[in-house]
Amino acid sequence: MVSRTPLILLACGSFNPITNMHMRLFELARDHLQKTGRYQVIEGIMSPVNDDYRKKGLVSARHRIAMAKLALETSDWIRVDPWESEQETWTETVKVLRGAATNLRSGDPTYKSFDLAQLQLKHHYNESLRLLQSKKEFMKNKWPIERSTEDPLSYEHSVLPELKLLCGADFLQTFKTPNLWKEEHIKEIVEKFGLVCISRAGSDPAQYISESDLLTQFQHNIFLVKEWIQNEISATQIRYALCRGLSVKYLIPDSVISYIARHNIYTEESERENEGHLLQPLKLYNTTVNPLND
Amino acid sequence: MVSRTPLILLACGSFNPITNMHMRLFELARDHLQKTGRYQVIEGIMSPVNDDYRKKGLVSARHRIAMAKLALETSDWIRVDPWESEQETWTETVKVLRHHYNESLRLLQSKKEFMKNKWPIERSTEDPLSYEHSVLPELKLLCGADFLQTFKTPNLWKEEHIKEIVEKFGLVCISRAGSDPAQYISESDLLTQFQHNIFLVKEWIQNEISATQIRYALCRGLSVKYLIPDSVISYIARHNIYTEESERENEVWTRDGNKSLFRGST
Repeated sequence: MVSRTPLILLACGSFNPITNMHMRLFELARDHLQKTGRYQVIEGIMSPVNDDYRKKGLVSARHRIAMAKLALETSDWIRVDPWESEQETWTETVKVLRGAATNLRSGDPTYKSFDLAQLQLKHHYNESLRLLQSKKEFMKNKWPIERSTEDPLSYEHSVLPELKLLCGADFLQTFKTPNLWKEEHIKEIVEKFGLVCISRAGSDPAQYISESDLLTQFQHNIFLVKEWIQNEISATQIRYALCRGLSVKYLIPDSVISYIARHNIYTEESERENEGHLLQPLKLYNTTVNPLND
Repeated sequence: MVSRTPLILLACGSFNPITNMHMRLFELARDHLQKTGRYQVIEGIMSPVNDDYRKKGLVSARHRIAMAKLALETSDWIRVDPWESEQETWTETVKVLRHHYNESLRLLQSKKEFMKNKWPIERSTEDPLSYEHSVLPELKLLCGADFLQTFKTPNLWKEEHIKEIVEKFGLVCISRAGSDPAQYISESDLLTQFQHNIFLVKEWIQNEISATQIRYALCRGLSVKYLIPDSVISYIARHNIYTEESERENEVWTRDGNKSLFRGST
């Protein structure tokens, strides 16, 4: 019996606010990867970006985390992780991936992460293992005799989970933006981790790959998933609607709508937050490039 | 003080199953009509089609009503109405409109009686509430832009029915960005004549959750979470509603294309 590699999906983003579409991406990715027969998706992690990213209209991480928690209450495999948002500054995507991976390798000295990260990651690592362990126990108890040593779950324990970055097709495009990414980071992301890239019907992410030597080299580690539903719930449009008192019911969870109303989060004022500021990554890489219009 | 006309929205369809998009149509329509300043949307009614419609893959109305009820639990103004599905045969859209309009009149009348009995003396004739009572509610058909197009399909609609729908009731027609329903109106003399009673609403979110695709996914064990309510997903699993078999339901009718069309569009 072919054993499946356990896989964790990590999505970085503003989640400003979280929408039904964000959660759909996880579900789609999981379906796709499960169907390859090679993976067992064991966890989904949503990692809201640090306030220091300075994107226009970005509200406090405190709120974005709280809303994501509410939205994910009904999910048994996706969770929100505050680590990235709790750092002192904006953290490059590759470091977030490394952080989560270090977690899994439990202190590999090759990866130099923030000390704070180590603590949180060790916790995460233990949690993942504990989950695997308890699942194993459950299965053993369920089918005590029938399970042979070929048990995929027991085999999985000697296989470290893979961690892949979940993103939209537009994310692939951003690799081309001058000064937004370090070349070696892109390489590390696609080589060491991998991408699961969701695109809408009609768009062709395979093209972005073929246009890049680097992406072409590691295309075996870039999974392209087609969204078969026309479902693009843009968080920007959601904020727009909320500012104007329009309904967003059935686009984002009811619990999130209540939270937003209760705390009066999205207003004309909040939309002007960070106006005129340069995005942090652009600032860091010390450029004379115009502010990114994303 | 400008008084608003109370308005009820009625959507007819298969709701096979109900999706987040169906419910979005109501929310969008309400926002739009409230913003005209002329209407107060007081109710939304979802009317699942009769099993006798014989559309391919249409599951029992019993289930479709149950799922809609679950989905609408969190709505304080939209409800599902089983009348159409409980008739002996398929009912023409205009008759469903007439029925619900008469029902709303009846309700209004009994409310009026109740109010009269409650405050017999204090009510002056200038009382705003009694003024509202003399404003009859309007009932409009909520639909997608593709619905407008079906008026052109030969033999699908009776001319006098289309006239009654747009003249006596009215349409609230939701379309996606990029499509142009105004064009369908200008292509039809009848629709042009009553265009003041056809409200065009743009859906600003790209959000087309097709129930057909949902059923497809369910048959293949793919996730539909966040596309339809969790309660509906549980219901479907519990009753094993959508299967390869259920998709073949009524197949014999659709092979005879004309016959199926003649029974009316969704």
